[in-house]
Amino acid sequence: MLKVRVIPCLDVKDGRVVKGVKFVDLRDAGDPVEAAKAYDAAGADELCFLDITASVEARGTLIDVVSRTAEQCFMPLTVGGGVRTVEDIRALLNAGADKVSINTAAVNRRAFVREAAEKFGEQCIVVAIDAKKVSAEGEPDRWEIFTHGGRNRTGLDAVGYAREVAALGAGEILLTSMDRDGTGEGFDLKLTRAISDAVSVPVIASGGVGTLDHLVDGIREGRASAVLAASIFHFGTFTIGAAKDALAGAGLPVRLGGGDIEEAGR
Amino acid sequence: MTPPAPVALIDYGSGNLHSAGKALERAAREGGSGKAVLVTADPEVVRRADRILLPGVGAYADCRRGLDAVPGMVEALTEAVMERGRPFLGICVGLQLMATRGLEHGETAGLGWIEGDVVKIEPSDPALKIPHMGWNSLDVARPHPLLDGIPTGENGLDAYFVHSYHLKAAHPGDVIATTSYGGAITAMVGRDNIAGTQFHPEKSQRLGLALLANFLKWAP
Repeated sequence: MLKVRVIPCLDVKDGRVVKGVKFVDLRDAGDPVEAAKAYDAAGADELCFLDITASVEARGTLIDVVSRTAEQCFMPLTVGGGVRTVEDIRALLNAGADKVSINTAAVNRRAFVREAAEKFGEQCIVVAIDAKKVSAEGEPDRWEIFTHGGRNRTGLDAVGYAREVAALGAGEILLTSMDRDGTGEGFDLKLTRAISDAVSVPVIASGGVGTLDHLVDGIREGRASAVLAASIFHFGTFTIGAAKDALAGAGLPVRLGGGDIEEAGR
Repeated sequence: MTPPAPVALIDYGSGNLHSAGKALERAAREGGSGKAVLVTADPEVVRRADRILLPGVGAYADCRRGLDAVPGMVEALTEAVMERGRPFLGICVGLQLMATRGLEHGETAGLGWIEGDVVKIEPSDPALKIPHMGWNSLDVARPHPLLDGIPTGENGLDAYFVHSYHLKAAHPGDVIATTSYGGAITAMVGRDNIAGTQFHPEKSQRLGLALLANFLKWAP
């Protein structure tokens, strides 16, 4: 049976993890490779690196980080942030990323999704959607796509956009609720459900996880295929194992005991 | 002069060579085989190889074109694997290329080593998402040396899959393992000295590394 995926996400800036990561036994909490190894050992099902580096020069650092992580972790790795060209994708895949996440570049030019999928296969093209609720109280729910960390409103309807990018070749959608991100109030379940029901590709729910029940809700009510979280794992509030136990306790299929334990124990 | 290549990982512009190469190297190191792994686009290296691994990521026709674009590669592969019986492992589209033909975006001829077509996954439950992406368990149809010592089944280790097509083998005997996703999906095929995994051993942590270590010592 296909398992529900639990995906920790690391925000990486200039080659270092920002938003401190609070693991025990880490030699260097700011090193994404160390964090990746810890998540690998803990049985994370995939790992996501989000590059929030502002400068183009720091790109080389990210490539190096991806490459060093790929040497250590034998689980799928998705890398996103500032991916604009086919060359960006190729460089990340060559460094060892398994999937590449595209955000603003897809909003700006939808054909980029098709080009990327045709070149590298749909399975490695993730389209990241940042959506915010724009409907007023009492109106039917409506969400729009925002870019630049929620500052730029695009006028694009989130559900329609999700359908469009899936048809163009996105193999997966990473859906973040801008309203919930960082709040700890839980996923926007209506949004997650609306997008999951609209597309035939898997949807990763993101933004707002504060408790383990939120993860369960994201799968059950949001109908997501995977749940992504950052803070609850980084700050040590919950372990990956606790997240999986909660999902399993709710009757959802999870992968247990497949982690790359020996390597990380060194 | 090119050094001898005990394990050839074929580079034909497809596949995540970095991942597959690193996983193989680690399997070689920890499995104690000590074999060197060479990523190569040289048919002569493939001819001399002790065993051969064909990765593959992306669209079927693209992968086939990529393989054909390396002069002499298909011939070298066929000679080493089918005539001289070198152990062979295809991963993902590398497995699919072993089929008679692929039916992804039109019809593309495969290598014809395992009779059957590569067809779109059509789950009985339309709510199931395509691609079939994530960790799934293996239902072993018949024991195989590549699965030696690996716990399989619903309570065993899971393997990482990401694909929309799978090989429908003409002969059930060629199927080593399936996985369940709205019906049985081909997860592993093989016959004699050839084998293929639809899942990605290089991304399947313990299960994958154990399988690759088994491949390195496989003596069919």
